[in-house]
Amino acid sequence: MTYVNFTRGMVSALALVAGVGIAQAKTDIVVGMQLEPPHLDPTSAAAGAIDSVLYANVFEGLTRFGPDGSVNPGLAESWEISEDGTVYTFKLHEGVTFHDGTTMDAEDVKFSLDRARAEDSVNAQKALFAGITDVTVVDPLTVQVTLAAPNGAFLFNMAWGDAVIVAPESIENIKTNPVGTGAFKFDNWVQGDRIDIVKNPDYWGEPAKLDRATFKFISDPTAAFAAVMAEDVHAFAGFPAPENLPQFDADPRFQVLVGSTEGETILSTNNKQAPFDDVRVRKALAHAIDRQAIIDGAMFGYGTPIGSHFAPHHPDYVDLTGNSAYDPELAKSLLAEAGFPDGFSTTLKLPPPSYARRGGEIIAAQLREVGIETEITNLEWAQWLEQVFTGKDFGLTIVSHTEPMDIGIYANPEYYFQYDNADFQKTMADLTAATDPAARSALLKQAQEKISADYVNGYLFQLAALSVANAKVVGLWENAPTQATDLTAVYWQD
Amino acid sequence: MLRYVLKRLVSLVISLAVASLVIFLAIEVVPGDPAAYMLGMNAQADTLAALREQLGLNGTILERYLSWVGGMLTGDFGTSYTYRTPVAEMISERLWISLPLALYALTLSTLIAFPAGVWAASRRGSAVDMGVMGVTQLGVAIPNFWFAMLMVLVFAINLRWFSAGGFAGWEQGIWPAMKSLTLPAIALALPQASILTRVMRSSLLDTLSEDFIRTARAKGLTRRQVLWRHALRNAMIPVLTIIGMQFSFLMAGAIIIENVFFLPGLGRLVFQAISARDLIVVESVVMLLVFAVIVVNFAVDVAYAAVDPRLRGRR
Repeated sequence: MTYVNFTRGMVSALALVAGVGIAQAKTDIVVGMQLEPPHLDPTSAAAGAIDSVLYANVFEGLTRFGPDGSVNPGLAESWEISEDGTVYTFKLHEGVTFHDGTTMDAEDVKFSLDRARAEDSVNAQKALFAGITDVTVVDPLTVQVTLAAPNGAFLFNMAWGDAVIVAPESIENIKTNPVGTGAFKFDNWVQGDRIDIVKNPDYWGEPAKLDRATFKFISDPTAAFAAVMAEDVHAFAGFPAPENLPQFDADPRFQVLVGSTEGETILSTNNKQAPFDDVRVRKALAHAIDRQAIIDGAMFGYGTPIGSHFAPHHPDYVDLTGNSAYDPELAKSLLAEAGFPDGFSTTLKLPPPSYARRGGEIIAAQLREVGIETEITNLEWAQWLEQVFTGKDFGLTIVSHTEPMDIGIYANPEYYFQYDNADFQKTMADLTAATDPAARSALLKQAQEKISADYVNGYLFQLAALSVANAKVVGLWENAPTQATDLTAVYWQD
Repeated sequence: MLRYVLKRLVSLVISLAVASLVIFLAIEVVPGDPAAYMLGMNAQADTLAALREQLGLNGTILERYLSWVGGMLTGDFGTSYTYRTPVAEMISERLWISLPLALYALTLSTLIAFPAGVWAASRRGSAVDMGVMGVTQLGVAIPNFWFAMLMVLVFAINLRWFSAGGFAGWEQGIWPAMKSLTLPAIALALPQASILTRVMRSSLLDTLSEDFIRTARAKGLTRRQVLWRHALRNAMIPVLTIIGMQFSFLMAGAIIIENVFFLPGLGRLVFQAISARDLIVVESVVMLLVFAVIVVNFAVDVAYAAVDPRLRGRR
């Protein structure tokens, strides 16, 4: 072969390769995330990053969350609920296997639920399983769960990442080698850098459209911006630099997804600490705060104002922001009425996220306007958990409660903001017992109104779900009803 | 000589023991319960207790200290609370990035500093000297993370010559791996090169004003011959000392650059471990770095003594 012929051959070979590249859409994706999972067992840690990588992709539960937060069938294709609401009989999908080839059956469900509620369980959401008194295997595809009392949220609880089905065969190494039933298999983890998952060819349901996905961990906001701009990552879930979003929005190469999360961001108030034990003082706080200024200043305009502890996208949401409209004069007169005409001073302890650190500065300035001086302390998460959450040593703090449907925390008088109200506790007990949708809806509305009228905390805004992606990526979740990056329906447009 | 080495060895062991105690206490007294951090806001008291038991956090401080030191003596650095993998394994993985990065940056900085320093010193007071001094002044003053971001903007986002960060992995081959370390190495090397250039220049100028240089010139050697044959060799001692110090700084001090380029190195491991209250990882990595510095110092002490007999007599 002469040199010319060889060159020609090479050129046509290249053309062929290029042609194939154009004809077929990409089948791999690199997804950026800010936080790296500490390990890969969603059933033994609170870290949301674990679910962000594995939920729905690798692990599945009896039920699963849809992109809108609805609860859909997962490994259970159907279920029956006994007349009294205490016995759930789940019918499992047939032919489901774990990624190691073993069969997923009723024994695995029993194992997973029993493990989560065991005495030595280290499940971060053990309360989800608290009502279960017995799990019985009826036959390989039927499992019966008995509850001590009716629980209207049980199917919802089973959709959590903490309630996914794991196998006794692979539980030993789950923290480094997670074996689930999902449309993707775990492939590789380079600690500090990335996690790779690959398509599961034997998936029981609708197969994944992507062959491969890589989660890349980029904690620094500037680095995240650069990685998306340089197109090193194709999508960034939970983009940490909201100030850069307009720039991506204006660039035709990218799409910006703005959705809602389950994160109610609140000015948590120590209800047992004077002067916050006086409802007039808490009401004054609520009226002293200009929510929109906080959303604009701390979140660059992303976020929805809330007036209670409830997600605005939920069908049972009641808009109660009017209860705490920005009115500094009213705040001052309420303080005077409560015996603090000259205001008072308190502590404001801030965990690391930017909503807290930036929001804290703005709130401090707004409170100063009505005479409340705050002493700001910045804390790392571990210290925040110890001082504020466990030690209850705080006046005010700012935190986003990201668990879905967590209004029940107000019924626990030991919870760190220490709201102790018998009426509210009764409402929540009724809610748990109620299985009728209309009754549940009415009770949920009642609960929102109660804590809004009691000004338990300063309700600020619902945290926005902000993602940036390549314009050609289709099927990403816009909202974040749970901490998940469900890639099972994602594909590249031609 | 042997007596001197033994003495230094005893002081090395004492230093290590004191360091281990200080590190352990300093980290243990910082508030924050690792178990509470891992289980988050909805954890129940019994779950927390179960996890604390699993992690071995229930012993007294003394018991935990002894088991940590005992483990290290047998090469067992413990198991990370959060990652649940052996700390020794994690450290060795991270070293595969931090060590090459430090060497790369050091090589770059030496390659820049040497010619620049010699050039400036050989033309003292000239425009070249002024220029080099000005540039190095800037190099010392510019924060390296800012310079790093600037490089990302130019070379990754606009020109697309490099990726914005991350590490390709050695299994991809030496070139992709080196390529992903190039921008970080340059960012790390810039301030180091500037410092080294200035040290090189002033050390050379000091040497050039010594008596033996005048003698060499009087003997008939040209300026150039004197510079290369006599002055440079003698000017190297402070330069080498600085290079040694820079190496340990680069090993431990690349945290910010590793964050900017999201490289999974040792610095980022410590950074993550501190915020996650992964005490055992922090303690072990810090102890390892202390160990490295103390051992290097010991080696230098012994080497000095071997070269300079006067040192042996002292103390």
